[in-house]
Amino acid sequence: MNTPLPNSLRQGPDNRGRFGSFGGRFVAETLMPLILEVEKAYEAARRDAAFQDEWRRLLTHYVGRPSPLWYAQRLTEHLRKSAPAGMGAKVYFKREELNHTGAHKINAVLGQILLAKKMGKTRIIAETGAGQHGVATATACALMDLPCVVYMGATDVERQQPNVFRMKLLGAEVRPVTSGAATLKDAMNEGLRDWVANVHDTYYCIGTVAGPAPYPQMVRDFQSVIGIETREQILAAEGRLPDALVCAVGGGSSAMGLFHPFLDDKEVAMWGVEAAGRGLDTHEHAASINRGRPGVLHGNKTYLLQDGDGQITEAHSISAGLDYPGIGPEHAWLHEIGRVTYVGIDDQEALNAFQICSRLEGIIPALESAHGLAQVLKLAPTMARDRIIVLNLSGRGDKDIFTVAKHLGEKI
Amino acid sequence: MSRIATRFAKLKAEGRGALVTYLQAFDPDRATSLEILRGLPAAGADIIEIGVPFSDPMADGPSIQKAGLRALKAGATVPGVLDLVREIRATEAETPIVLMGYYNPVMSYGVDRFCADAAAAGVDGLIIVDVPPEEADEVEPHCRAHGLDLIRLIAPTTDEARLPRVLGATTGFIYYVSITGITGTRSADYASLAPAVAALKRHTELPVAIGFGIRSPEQAAIAASVADGAVVGTALVDALAASLTAEGQATPATVDAVLAPVRHLAAAIRSGRRRAA
Repeated sequence: MNTPLPNSLRQGPDNRGRFGSFGGRFVAETLMPLILEVEKAYEAARRDAAFQDEWRRLLTHYVGRPSPLWYAQRLTEHLRKSAPAGMGAKVYFKREELNHTGAHKINAVLGQILLAKKMGKTRIIAETGAGQHGVATATACALMDLPCVVYMGATDVERQQPNVFRMKLLGAEVRPVTSGAATLKDAMNEGLRDWVANVHDTYYCIGTVAGPAPYPQMVRDFQSVIGIETREQILAAEGRLPDALVCAVGGGSSAMGLFHPFLDDKEVAMWGVEAAGRGLDTHEHAASINRGRPGVLHGNKTYLLQDGDGQITEAHSISAGLDYPGIGPEHAWLHEIGRVTYVGIDDQEALNAFQICSRLEGIIPALESAHGLAQVLKLAPTMARDRIIVLNLSGRGDKDIFTVAKHLGEKI
Repeated sequence: MSRIATRFAKLKAEGRGALVTYLQAFDPDRATSLEILRGLPAAGADIIEIGVPFSDPMADGPSIQKAGLRALKAGATVPGVLDLVREIRATEAETPIVLMGYYNPVMSYGVDRFCADAAAAGVDGLIIVDVPPEEADEVEPHCRAHGLDLIRLIAPTTDEARLPRVLGATTGFIYYVSITGITGTRSADYASLAPAVAALKRHTELPVAIGFGIRSPEQAAIAASVADGAVVGTALVDALAASLTAEGQATPATVDAVLAPVRHLAAAIRSGRRRAA
């Protein structure tokens, strides 16, 4: 990289909603006034002490924050056994899987639903892939007494039945989307179509750090609670900052939440782990940064999986939560300036990590988080024993047991 | 004067509004699409809008989404669409051709190269749905450099404060979206159209065409009389779809299935003028 880094990497986006050349507001005119309204409302909410207090109250007493920072001692020792002498970094888990609803998603959903209420919106829509964001949104809507419609690709409805039922129990309406390939990107298209038709009363609760500005920034800010807590907890436990942060990236909200508070700490290396599916050199993966190129979809400019003619191609991953052909624009920028290293972990590596974590730590991780863990398994043995890695264990794996059983050839 | 300006000036002199037709390129296949598009001027279309197929058409309803999938299956690409325009232009010198689509295929092709090649193929204007005025610098300089009009959508949600900014970034004509919603899903509220267009006209000299909620000849006639033109898309795409085989293939009836309703729309707009006069 020849371009000098700015003084702080935490100031983005600019007033056009851009992180470098990425991000922006690429939406139809009908939505534009509303996007600007959301932006204004969010700017006000950021500075509104009562809003922040209410969100914090919910995080503490409803979600169960702060989530623990767990020293994964058995895993650390296991990795040291096969590492060269003196090698094998200490591994910590930031345990977002202990949050209410089982993942980090709830952090940003509660913030957004509070914002929707403040804006006077009376109806919530959301898209979901694996169903985690849909469940979190349905949960917040039940709590705050708002009707909720969740768009979900028909293919995902089929393979994520337990989460579909959870959303229904929580009072949400799940609308299967049959257009396109009937997965997450099509659900997001349908969410945007609904929003265009119902701008007067509806708030679109986006599940990741993507979409038109201000969503990438807003979702990141809400998720930054992960990194802020991690910083305090690791200082308390070790008296210093970690040497490496690792997190899986689909859209990338859990990773932005962990990374953002550390972006200016040059000594902290960061690894974003993309789903390499059946392999980066096959056509079946979800590695937008490693195998995609810049384009515009769902309101933002970012790295996308696309063919030579600019048609968006389908993503693949064993983890439905990473099965998206794009990535948040701030990640695209962090990649281009070289601040975060993005690597790929394939289905098989994730499955192995999933089992290792279950047996050594007694924690069944989400398949998304297992991708991050697989990178830790590679990284830790290359780092000295006095080094520290923090993995964002972003979700729990209860939802994935059927998928994993199928891959292990077991019937449940 | 551009073909678009010339055409609106001519229709104004005739005392009627324009019939703007929308179809996706390559729907259901290249040859049928070419035959339909070539037949449009004789059937009474005043401006030909051609959709550039995209995998993720976020502002379009089910009919146009399906048309896009048919077109992509038939092998539509950006160079393929430009080539189609070149062939239409070879026999049709005067009718303006406007390409409507989404930004990613244009960006992938290269914005400047796209504008240059589109202009050379005989395209007169572009509508890029997901590039609002806030992002206009991505495309505006290239359109200007190659003499393409950049037509913008104005929605019922566009407020007075925003209007000058949107209008300032528009050339050719204004595309007034008559509903809050995606294409072809609601019917325009005709009572509110006249005041909405009048409000626009206070801010601009540009012609205004109304679209997104117009299906019938009667609706088209009203829209073309209160504004300077009516855009009909979904109704034509539906007529086309209804003529296809179960597998989505063209039949001998397909070309006329589209051109016949175009003739009815054109006749209604022309008689609407007589009533108004």
